[in-house]
Amino acid sequence: MRAEIRKIAVILEETASEMGRPVVPPTRRAAAVAVIRNPHAGEFREDLSALFEIGEELGGLLAERAVQALGIAGADAESYGKAAAVGENGELEHAAAILHPKLGGPVRRVLGTGAALIPSSKKRGGPGLSLDIPLGHKDAAYVRSHFDGMEVRIADAPRADEIVVAVAVTDSGRPLPRVGGLAKDEITGEDGLR
Amino acid sequence: MAEIAIRKRIVTIEEIFHEGGPPAAVPLRRGAIVSVIRNPFAGRYVEEIAGFMEDLKPLGLAMAKALVEALGGDPKSVQGYGKGAIVGAAGEIEHGALWHVPGGYAMREILGGAKAIVPSTKKVGGPGTRLDIPVTHIDASYVRSHFDAVEVGVADGPRADEIALALVMTTGPRIHARVGGLKAGDIKGEDGLR
Repeated sequence: MRAEIRKIAVILEETASEMGRPVVPPTRRAAAVAVIRNPHAGEFREDLSALFEIGEELGGLLAERAVQALGIAGADAESYGKAAAVGENGELEHAAAILHPKLGGPVRRVLGTGAALIPSSKKRGGPGLSLDIPLGHKDAAYVRSHFDGMEVRIADAPRADEIVVAVAVTDSGRPLPRVGGLAKDEITGEDGLR
Repeated sequence: MAEIAIRKRIVTIEEIFHEGGPPAAVPLRRGAIVSVIRNPFAGRYVEEIAGFMEDLKPLGLAMAKALVEALGGDPKSVQGYGKGAIVGAAGEIEHGALWHVPGGYAMREILGGAKAIVPSTKKVGGPGTRLDIPVTHIDASYVRSHFDAVEVGVADGPRADEIALALVMTTGPRIHARVGGLKAGDIKGEDGLR
Protein backbone atom coordinates (compact mmCIF):
# COMPACT_ATOMS: atom_id res chain seq x y z
CA MET A 1 0.00 0.00 0.00
CA ARG A 2 1.35 3.41 -0.91
CA ALA A 3 -0.67 5.25 1.69
CA GLU A 4 1.09 5.49 5.06
CA ILE A 5 -1.87 5.28 7.41
CA ARG A 6 -1.52 6.45 11.00
CA LYS A 7 -5.09 5.78 12.01
CA ILE A 8 -8.52 4.88 10.70
CA ALA A 9 -11.77 5.95 12.33
CA VAL A 10 -15.21 4.67 11.46
CA ILE A 11 -18.29 6.58 12.59
CA LEU A 12 -21.80 5.14 12.44
CA GLU A 13 -24.72 7.45 13.10
CA GLU A 14 -28.35 6.37 13.49
CA THR A 15 -31.24 8.80 13.84
CA ALA A 16 -34.29 7.28 15.51
CA SER A 17 -36.47 10.35 15.98
CA GLU A 18 -36.81 14.02 15.07
CA MET A 19 -38.96 16.46 17.05
CA GLY A 20 -40.31 13.53 18.99
CA ARG A 21 -41.50 11.80 15.84
CA PRO A 22 -40.12 8.30 15.25
CA VAL A 23 -37.92 7.73 12.20
CA VAL A 24 -38.74 4.19 11.07
CA PRO A 25 -36.47 2.59 10.13
CA PRO A 26 -33.80 4.88 11.60
CA THR A 27 -31.73 6.71 9.00
CA ARG A 28 -28.14 5.52 9.06
CA ARG A 29 -24.93 6.92 7.73
CA ALA A 30 -21.34 5.89 8.15
CA ALA A 31 -18.06 7.66 7.51
CA ALA A 32 -14.68 5.97 7.27
CA VAL A 33 -11.75 8.30 7.80
CA ALA A 34 -8.04 7.66 7.25
CA VAL A 35 -5.21 9.81 8.57
CA ILE A 36 -2.24 9.51 6.24
CA ARG A 37 1.17 11.09 5.85
CA ASN A 38 1.26 13.76 3.17
CA PRO A 39 4.23 12.72 1.04
CA HIS A 40 4.48 16.26 -0.37
CA ALA A 41 4.19 18.26 2.84
CA GLY A 42 6.45 21.28 2.86
CA GLU A 43 7.38 21.18 -0.83
CA PHE A 44 5.89 22.28 -4.10
CA ARG A 45 5.52 19.23 -6.33
CA GLU A 46 4.28 19.66 -9.86
CA ASP A 47 3.50 15.99 -10.39
CA LEU A 48 0.91 14.80 -7.88
CA SER A 49 0.38 11.34 -9.33
CA ALA A 50 1.53 9.60 -6.12
CA LEU A 51 -1.48 11.17 -4.44
CA PHE A 52 -3.76 9.96 -7.25
CA GLU A 53 -2.68 6.38 -6.43
CA ILE A 54 -3.17 6.90 -2.71
CA GLY A 55 -6.67 8.19 -3.45
CA GLU A 56 -7.42 5.06 -5.44
CA GLU A 57 -6.32 2.80 -2.59
CA LEU A 58 -8.25 4.74 0.01
CA GLY A 59 -11.43 4.89 -2.07
CA GLY A 60 -11.86 1.11 -1.91
CA LEU A 61 -10.64 0.71 1.65
CA LEU A 62 -12.81 3.46 3.12
CA ALA A 63 -15.94 2.57 1.14
CA GLU A 64 -15.60 -1.03 2.34
CA ARG A 65 -15.19 0.07 5.95
CA ALA A 66 -18.23 2.34 5.75
CA VAL A 67 -20.44 -0.33 4.18
CA GLN A 68 -19.21 -2.83 6.76
CA ALA A 69 -20.20 -0.46 9.58
CA LEU A 70 -23.67 -0.12 8.08
CA GLY A 71 -23.89 -3.90 7.87
CA ILE A 72 -25.40 -3.81 4.37
CA ALA A 73 -24.47 -5.02 0.93
CA GLY A 74 -22.71 -2.33 -1.08
CA ALA A 75 -25.54 -2.33 -3.59
CA ASP A 76 -27.98 -1.28 -0.84
CA ALA A 77 -26.13 1.97 -0.15
CA GLU A 78 -28.16 5.00 -1.20
CA SER A 79 -25.99 8.08 -0.97
CA TYR A 80 -22.34 8.99 -0.71
CA GLY A 81 -19.82 11.77 -0.34
CA LYS A 82 -16.11 12.36 0.18
CA ALA A 83 -13.86 14.97 1.75
CA ALA A 84 -10.26 15.68 2.68
CA ALA A 85 -8.50 17.97 5.13
CA VAL A 86 -4.86 18.88 4.51
CA GLY A 87 -2.53 19.78 7.37
CA GLU A 88 -0.87 23.17 7.41
CA ASN A 89 2.28 22.10 5.54
CA GLY A 90 0.31 20.88 2.55
CA GLU A 91 -1.73 22.51 -0.19
CA LEU A 92 -5.38 22.27 -1.03
CA GLU A 93 -4.30 20.78 -4.34
CA HIS A 94 -3.03 17.74 -2.42
CA ALA A 95 -6.58 17.12 -1.23
CA ALA A 96 -7.80 17.55 -4.78
CA ALA A 97 -5.22 15.03 -6.03
CA ILE A 98 -6.47 12.42 -3.58
CA LEU A 99 -10.18 13.04 -4.07
CA HIS A 100 -10.75 13.72 -7.72
CA PRO A 101 -8.69 11.70 -10.21
CA LYS A 102 -9.01 8.11 -8.94
CA LEU A 103 -10.81 7.76 -5.61
CA GLY A 104 -14.31 7.42 -7.08
CA GLY A 105 -13.80 4.26 -9.18
CA PRO A 106 -13.17 1.85 -6.32
CA VAL A 107 -15.93 3.49 -4.25
CA ARG A 108 -18.39 2.71 -7.04
CA ARG A 109 -17.08 -0.84 -7.32
CA VAL A 110 -17.82 -1.39 -3.63
CA LEU A 111 -21.32 0.08 -4.02
CA GLY A 112 -22.18 -1.75 -7.24
CA THR A 113 -23.35 1.40 -9.00
CA GLY A 114 -22.73 5.14 -8.70
CA ALA A 115 -23.78 7.04 -11.76
CA ALA A 116 -23.85 10.33 -9.89
CA LEU A 117 -20.91 12.60 -9.18
CA ILE A 118 -19.57 11.96 -5.67
CA PRO A 119 -20.13 15.26 -3.89
CA SER A 120 -17.00 16.52 -2.14
CA SER A 121 -15.46 19.17 0.06
CA LYS A 122 -11.94 20.02 1.13
CA LYS A 123 -10.09 22.39 3.37
CA ARG A 124 -6.77 23.06 5.05
CA GLY A 125 -6.32 23.36 8.78
CA GLY A 126 -5.04 21.93 12.03
CA PRO A 127 -5.90 19.01 14.33
CA GLY A 128 -9.56 18.73 15.26
CA LEU A 129 -10.70 20.46 12.11
CA SER A 130 -14.26 19.50 11.24
CA LEU A 131 -15.07 18.27 7.75
CA ASP A 132 -18.62 18.60 6.45
CA ILE A 133 -18.94 15.81 3.91
CA PRO A 134 -21.65 16.62 1.37
CA LEU A 135 -23.98 13.72 0.58
CA GLY A 136 -26.00 12.99 -2.53
CA HIS A 137 -27.83 10.00 -3.98
CA LYS A 138 -25.32 7.70 -5.64
CA ASP A 139 -27.26 7.19 -8.87
CA ALA A 140 -29.22 10.41 -9.34
CA ALA A 141 -27.85 13.68 -7.98
CA TYR A 142 -31.27 15.38 -8.05
CA VAL A 143 -32.92 13.11 -5.47
CA ARG A 144 -33.86 15.84 -3.03
CA SER A 145 -34.46 13.64 0.01
CA HIS A 146 -30.81 12.58 -0.07
CA PHE A 147 -29.15 16.03 -0.15
CA ASP A 148 -27.40 16.04 3.19
CA GLY A 149 -24.11 16.49 4.98
CA MET A 150 -22.22 14.62 7.66
CA GLU A 151 -19.73 16.26 9.98
CA VAL A 152 -16.63 14.30 10.96
CA ARG A 153 -13.51 15.22 12.84
CA ILE A 154 -10.46 13.56 14.27
CA ALA A 155 -9.29 15.25 17.45
CA ASP A 156 -5.55 14.80 16.77
CA ALA A 157 -5.46 15.21 12.98
CA PRO A 158 -4.45 16.50 10.56
CA ARG A 159 -1.04 17.25 11.93
CA ALA A 160 1.02 19.61 9.76
CA ASP A 161 2.28 16.87 7.45
CA GLU A 162 -0.87 14.76 7.31
CA ILE A 163 -4.05 14.49 5.27
CA VAL A 164 -7.42 13.32 6.60
CA VAL A 165 -9.42 11.50 3.93
CA ALA A 166 -13.08 10.61 4.45
CA VAL A 167 -15.70 8.62 2.55
CA ALA A 168 -19.31 8.67 3.77
CA VAL A 169 -22.01 6.18 2.76
CA THR A 170 -25.66 5.98 3.85
CA ASP A 171 -28.51 3.52 3.57
CA SER A 172 -31.09 6.32 3.59
CA GLY A 173 -31.75 10.02 3.03
CA ARG A 174 -32.56 12.67 5.63
CA PRO A 175 -34.85 11.71 8.50
CA LEU A 176 -38.48 12.65 7.70
CA PRO A 177 -37.78 14.29 4.29
CA ARG A 178 -40.68 16.44 3.10
CA VAL A 179 -39.50 19.16 0.77
CA GLY A 180 -40.59 17.40 -2.39
CA GLY A 181 -38.48 17.08 -5.53
CA LEU A 182 -37.35 13.95 -7.30
CA ALA A 183 -38.01 10.82 -5.19
CA LYS A 184 -35.63 7.88 -5.12
CA ASP A 185 -38.17 5.49 -6.62
CA GLU A 186 -38.66 7.79 -9.63
CA ILE A 187 -35.09 7.78 -10.87
CA THR A 188 -33.74 6.10 -13.98
CA GLY A 189 -30.18 6.27 -12.66
CA GLU A 190 -28.47 6.44 -16.02
CA ASP A 191 -27.17 9.96 -16.46
CA GLY A 192 -26.28 10.38 -12.81
CA LEU A 193 -28.72 13.24 -12.43
CA ARG A 194 -32.31 11.86 -12.50
CA MET B 1 -40.79 4.75 35.04
CA ALA B 2 -39.85 7.35 32.47
CA GLU B 3 -39.47 6.24 28.91
CA ILE B 4 -36.07 6.86 27.37
CA ALA B 5 -36.57 8.78 24.12
CA ILE B 6 -33.49 8.27 21.96
CA ARG B 7 -33.08 10.66 19.06
CA LYS B 8 -29.82 9.35 17.71
CA ARG B 9 -26.90 7.11 18.39
CA ILE B 10 -23.33 7.43 17.15
CA VAL B 11 -20.66 4.75 17.29
CA THR B 12 -17.06 5.72 16.54
CA ILE B 13 -14.20 3.25 16.27
CA GLU B 14 -10.64 4.49 15.89
CA GLU B 15 -7.84 2.15 14.89
CA ILE B 16 -4.43 3.58 15.64
CA PHE B 17 -1.45 2.06 13.83
CA HIS B 18 1.27 4.42 15.03
CA GLU B 19 1.90 7.98 16.12
CA GLY B 20 5.25 8.56 14.53
CA GLY B 21 6.99 5.63 16.22
CA PRO B 22 7.18 1.93 15.37
CA PRO B 23 3.81 0.57 14.19
CA ALA B 24 2.22 -1.70 16.80
CA ALA B 25 1.84 -5.41 16.03
CA VAL B 26 -1.82 -5.06 16.98
CA PRO B 27 -3.35 -1.65 16.31
CA LEU B 28 -4.93 0.08 19.31
CA ARG B 29 -8.69 0.40 19.02
CA ARG B 30 -10.63 3.09 20.80
CA GLY B 31 -14.40 3.07 20.63
CA ALA B 32 -17.06 5.52 21.73
CA ILE B 33 -20.83 5.27 21.72
CA VAL B 34 -23.03 8.32 22.26
CA SER B 35 -26.81 8.30 22.67
CA VAL B 36 -28.71 11.56 22.43
CA ILE B 37 -31.82 11.32 24.59
CA ARG B 38 -34.54 13.69 25.73
CA ASN B 39 -33.88 15.24 29.13
CA PRO B 40 -37.12 14.67 31.07
CA PHE B 41 -36.13 17.37 33.59
CA ALA B 42 -35.22 20.14 31.13
CA GLY B 43 -36.49 23.66 31.72
CA ARG B 44 -37.36 23.47 35.41
CA TYR B 45 -35.98 22.44 38.78
CA VAL B 46 -37.00 18.93 39.76
CA GLU B 47 -35.99 17.75 43.22
CA GLU B 48 -36.49 14.02 42.81
CA ILE B 49 -34.46 12.88 39.84
CA ALA B 50 -32.66 9.81 41.18
CA GLY B 51 -35.27 7.36 39.90
CA PHE B 52 -34.12 8.12 36.37
CA MET B 53 -30.89 6.21 37.05
CA GLU B 54 -32.88 3.00 37.17
CA ASP B 55 -34.63 3.93 33.92
CA LEU B 56 -31.25 4.43 32.24
CA LYS B 57 -29.92 0.98 33.11
CA PRO B 58 -31.27 -0.87 30.05
CA LEU B 59 -29.91 1.87 27.79
CA GLY B 60 -26.51 1.62 29.47
CA LEU B 61 -26.41 -2.12 28.96
CA ALA B 62 -27.48 -1.84 25.32
CA MET B 63 -24.82 0.80 24.69
CA ALA B 64 -22.06 -1.21 26.39
CA LYS B 65 -23.03 -4.30 24.39
CA ALA B 66 -23.13 -2.40 21.11
CA LEU B 67 -19.74 -0.86 21.79
CA VAL B 68 -18.11 -4.20 22.56
CA GLU B 69 -19.69 -5.52 19.37
CA ALA B 70 -18.28 -2.62 17.34
CA LEU B 71 -14.84 -3.28 18.83
CA GLY B 72 -14.92 -6.84 17.51
CA GLY B 73 -17.25 -8.61 19.92
CA ASP B 74 -14.86 -9.93 22.57
CA PRO B 75 -15.36 -8.33 26.00
CA LYS B 76 -11.92 -9.69 27.03
CA SER B 77 -10.25 -7.45 24.47
CA VAL B 78 -11.33 -4.34 26.38
CA GLN B 79 -8.62 -2.94 28.70
CA GLY B 80 -9.64 0.65 29.34
CA TYR B 81 -12.87 2.53 29.86
CA GLY B 82 -14.51 5.85 30.64
CA LYS B 83 -17.85 7.63 30.49
CA GLY B 84 -19.29 11.08 30.17
CA ALA B 85 -22.34 13.22 29.58
CA ILE B 86 -23.14 16.51 27.88
CA VAL B 87 -26.31 18.13 29.21
CA GLY B 88 -28.20 20.50 26.90
CA ALA B 89 -28.58 24.14 27.95
CA ALA B 90 -32.04 23.75 29.50
CA GLY B 91 -30.74 21.12 31.91
CA GLU B 92 -28.35 21.14 34.87
CA ILE B 93 -25.06 19.41 35.49
CA GLU B 94 -26.80 17.24 38.10
CA HIS B 95 -28.75 15.61 35.27
CA GLY B 96 -25.43 14.49 33.79
CA ALA B 97 -24.54 12.93 37.14
CA LEU B 98 -27.46 10.53 36.65
CA TRP B 99 -25.24 8.65 34.19
CA HIS B 100 -22.61 7.61 36.78
CA VAL B 101 -24.42 4.57 38.08
CA PRO B 102 -26.12 3.15 34.96
CA GLY B 103 -23.17 3.89 32.66
CA GLY B 104 -20.57 2.41 34.98
CA TYR B 105 -22.70 -0.52 36.07
CA ALA B 106 -23.41 -1.44 32.47
CA MET B 107 -19.77 -1.55 31.38
CA ARG B 108 -18.69 -3.53 34.42
CA GLU B 109 -21.44 -6.05 33.85
CA ILE B 110 -20.67 -6.47 30.15
CA LEU B 111 -16.92 -6.65 30.75
CA GLY B 112 -17.27 -9.28 33.45
CA GLY B 113 -16.74 -7.42 36.70
CA ALA B 114 -14.09 -4.81 36.01
CA LYS B 115 -12.59 -3.59 39.28
CA ALA B 116 -11.54 0.01 38.72
CA ILE B 117 -13.75 3.04 39.11
CA VAL B 118 -14.92 4.23 35.70
CA PRO B 119 -13.38 7.68 35.17
CA SER B 120 -15.84 10.26 33.99
CA THR B 121 -16.49 13.85 33.07
CA LYS B 122 -19.50 15.95 32.21
CA LYS B 123 -20.54 19.44 31.21
CA VAL B 124 -23.45 21.56 30.11
CA GLY B 125 -23.23 22.67 26.51
CA GLY B 126 -24.89 23.23 23.18
CA PRO B 127 -24.91 21.28 19.93
CA GLY B 128 -21.40 20.42 18.77
CA THR B 129 -19.90 20.63 22.27
CA ARG B 130 -16.89 18.35 22.53
CA LEU B 131 -16.17 16.29 25.63
CA ASP B 132 -12.80 14.74 26.46
CA ILE B 133 -13.66 11.49 28.21
CA PRO B 134 -10.92 10.21 30.51
CA VAL B 135 -9.88 6.58 30.15
CA THR B 136 -8.14 4.30 32.65
CA HIS B 137 -7.42 0.58 32.97
CA ILE B 138 -10.54 -1.44 33.79
CA ASP B 139 -9.02 -3.33 36.74
CA ALA B 140 -6.41 -1.00 38.17
CA SER B 141 -6.71 2.78 37.96
CA TYR B 142 -2.98 3.37 38.40
CA VAL B 143 -1.84 1.55 35.26
CA ARG B 144 0.02 4.43 33.67
CA SER B 145 0.14 3.10 30.12
CA HIS B 146 -3.66 3.12 29.94
CA PHE B 147 -4.29 6.72 31.03
CA ASP B 148 -5.87 8.17 27.92
CA ALA B 149 -8.80 10.28 26.76
CA VAL B 150 -11.21 10.08 23.85
CA GLU B 151 -12.92 13.16 22.45
CA VAL B 152 -16.60 12.78 21.58
CA GLY B 153 -19.29 15.12 20.32
CA VAL B 154 -22.42 15.31 18.24
CA ALA B 155 -22.70 18.02 15.58
CA ASP B 156 -26.42 18.60 16.16
CA GLY B 157 -26.69 17.71 19.80
CA PRO B 158 -27.38 17.99 22.59
CA ARG B 159 -30.24 20.37 21.90
CA ALA B 160 -31.39 22.39 24.92
CA ASP B 161 -33.76 19.68 26.13
CA GLU B 162 -31.46 16.74 25.46
CA ILE B 163 -28.57 14.87 27.10
CA ALA B 164 -25.78 13.13 25.20
CA LEU B 165 -24.63 10.07 27.14
CA ALA B 166 -21.30 8.48 26.25
CA LEU B 167 -19.33 5.31 26.98
CA VAL B 168 -15.74 4.77 25.84
CA MET B 169 -13.63 1.61 25.67
CA THR B 170 -10.06 0.97 24.52
CA THR B 171 -8.25 -2.27 23.69
CA GLY B 172 -4.82 -1.45 25.03
CA PRO B 173 -2.23 1.05 26.20
CA ARG B 174 -1.44 4.32 24.41
CA ILE B 175 0.15 3.40 21.12
CA HIS B 176 3.72 4.34 22.12
CA ALA B 177 3.32 4.20 25.92
CA ARG B 178 6.74 4.67 27.55
CA VAL B 179 6.53 6.80 30.67
CA GLY B 180 6.89 3.97 33.17
CA GLY B 181 4.67 3.48 36.22
CA LEU B 182 2.52 0.50 37.11
CA LYS B 183 2.32 -1.96 34.22
CA ALA B 184 -0.82 -3.86 33.26
CA GLY B 185 1.11 -7.10 33.70
CA ASP B 186 2.00 -6.25 37.32
CA ILE B 187 -1.41 -5.45 38.76
CA LYS B 188 -3.12 -7.42 41.52
CA GLY B 189 -6.56 -6.33 40.35
CA GLU B 190 -8.18 -6.58 43.76
CA ASP B 191 -8.78 -3.06 45.02
CA GLY B 192 -9.37 -1.46 41.63
CA LEU B 193 -6.31 0.71 42.04
CA ARG B 194 -3.17 -1.45 41.61
